[in-house]
Amino acid sequence: MELTEFSHDINEWFSGSGPLADIVVSSRIRLARNLAGHRFLNSCSNEEKAEILEKLKSVLMPLDLGDKVFYVSVDKEPELNRNFLVERHLISRHHAMATGPRGAVIARREFFTAMINEEDHLRLQVLKAGCQLRACAEQIDRIDSQIEGRVEYAFNPRFGYLTACPTNLGTGIRVSVMLHMPALKLTNQIEKFMNAAKDMNLAVRGLFGEGTEAASDLYQISNQVTLGVSEKHIVSEFENVIIPEIVEYEKAARRQLLTNDTDTLDDKIARAMALLQNAHLISSQEALFLLSHLRLGLNMHEHMGASTPAIERLCALRASTKEQDKLTIRTINRLFMLTLPAHLQVNYGKSLDATHRDALRAKIIRDALTQQS
Amino acid sequence: MQCQICQKRTATIHLTEIQNGARTELHICEHCASEQGIATHSQMSINELLSHLLAVQPSDEEMFGPAEKDLVCPTCGFTLDRLRKEGTLGCPADYEVFEQALLPLIERAQGGKTSHCGKVPTTLPTDTKKFVELSQLRQQLEEAVHDEDYERAAELRDKMKQLE
Ligand SMILES: [Zn+2]
Ligand SMILES: [Zn+2]
Repeated sequence: MELTEFSHDINEWFSGSGPLADIVVSSRIRLARNLAGHRFLNSCSNEEKAEILEKLKSVLMPLDLGDKVFYVSVDKEPELNRNFLVERHLISRHHAMATGPRGAVIARREFFTAMINEEDHLRLQVLKAGCQLRACAEQIDRIDSQIEGRVEYAFNPRFGYLTACPTNLGTGIRVSVMLHMPALKLTNQIEKFMNAAKDMNLAVRGLFGEGTEAASDLYQISNQVTLGVSEKHIVSEFENVIIPEIVEYEKAARRQLLTNDTDTLDDKIARAMALLQNAHLISSQEALFLLSHLRLGLNMHEHMGASTPAIERLCALRASTKEQDKLTIRTINRLFMLTLPAHLQVNYGKSLDATHRDALRAKIIRDALTQQS
Repeated sequence: MQCQICQKRTATIHLTEIQNGARTELHICEHCASEQGIATHSQMSINELLSHLLAVQPSDEEMFGPAEKDLVCPTCGFTLDRLRKEGTLGCPADYEVFEQALLPLIERAQGGKTSHCGKVPTTLPTDTKKFVELSQLRQQLEEAVHDEDYERAAELRDKMKQLE
């Protein structure tokens, strides 16, 4: 399996489809599991890690997932390829940077990954586009039960599934959604969202950004508590309480922009278009920031019927000179992912310094956003 | 600004995390960040970060009491001192060996919860399954009583009787 087989397109979970897709970009569930009879990874020798890896790989590869699977020897991959997998959310940054024998079993359509020897022996994840947590939960439970028929997991009646770190103990479940919240930022309400999230006992972090600022306006919220609350309960709380509440914050902010502050909205969208169509050097951070405003404009047009002057001009853009289609969220997300640093370099075929990356990124975006009149 | 971990180098990475309603700011140098597995692109999960934060909190004695301080896991040789340094345990048996010492830490990390509720391996012996199921029902019962939902509480009590 060559990475370039899928590096030219976005994955399904980032396609901009699915329920509530104008705000909930994707849903993810992850389970942490360990094998009985083995030490946790920080106490394992490389021999033991290799043994765990072989055992789990032989169980995971024949699983019936309804899709082809391939295996990546994470410890043998060059850094660029590991970063590429991190950008696609197929492995964690931790997995990319860890040491010793480790790997990942990945479904070709990228909805499923099993990381072997990350912080725990096994980390399963299922990712879907839009708000689809219940479907993620059902699928990951089926996969987990298939594995459970073939290996013995470390389990204790009091503490449930045993994990290397007590913060994952019990169900070992981490439920998260990726949310696009540009209007909250434009109306200076990110703080309000953060407070709402913390009142609901959630972890929040910015995605695709450097440091604490989420240039992309993409935030991930996830549950903190994994012990003493059932998987079902956590998922239904997300679907019935948490997500609707947070989605409503962002929607209200979008309505506020549209009715009271059209100039701010149009200014952001128009500037983003102008820069993306004309820049010759563009950093990853700047691209994430500007593409976020285009995504906001398109989504407001599609889901709220917004038609301000700048949104009208945006909707008149063509996705490329070759395609006849209008610009879609899929196009925006594709540009977003394909211009991330590791994606640029994997697709270019070799590593590039920052200036050359910025030039290549600007060209790809310029070409894609050519106006046809 | 000085790095909060090594107290030597200049902090160039600034992380803000929200955990259980409290805002935690972490200012660290690049060296310590990579050592802790924190990427400059901040792809690390809050729990991974928290596990490291827990590891640099109070001293062993303050945290675990004098009795547990010198315990060693017979299976993997793990000690609580290593938990403090590494933020993870050594083997599954550690949850039994260090149970008393771990309980307050688990309670803090898990919003006050200390026993499992949810999926159970199908391969478990029947009495273990029953044990887990009973403790889950007990928990739901407490919640029902707390919410003053007495109809549900009565149902749960019946279910528990059937199991016992
Ligand atoms: Zn340092
Ligand atoms: Zn041990």
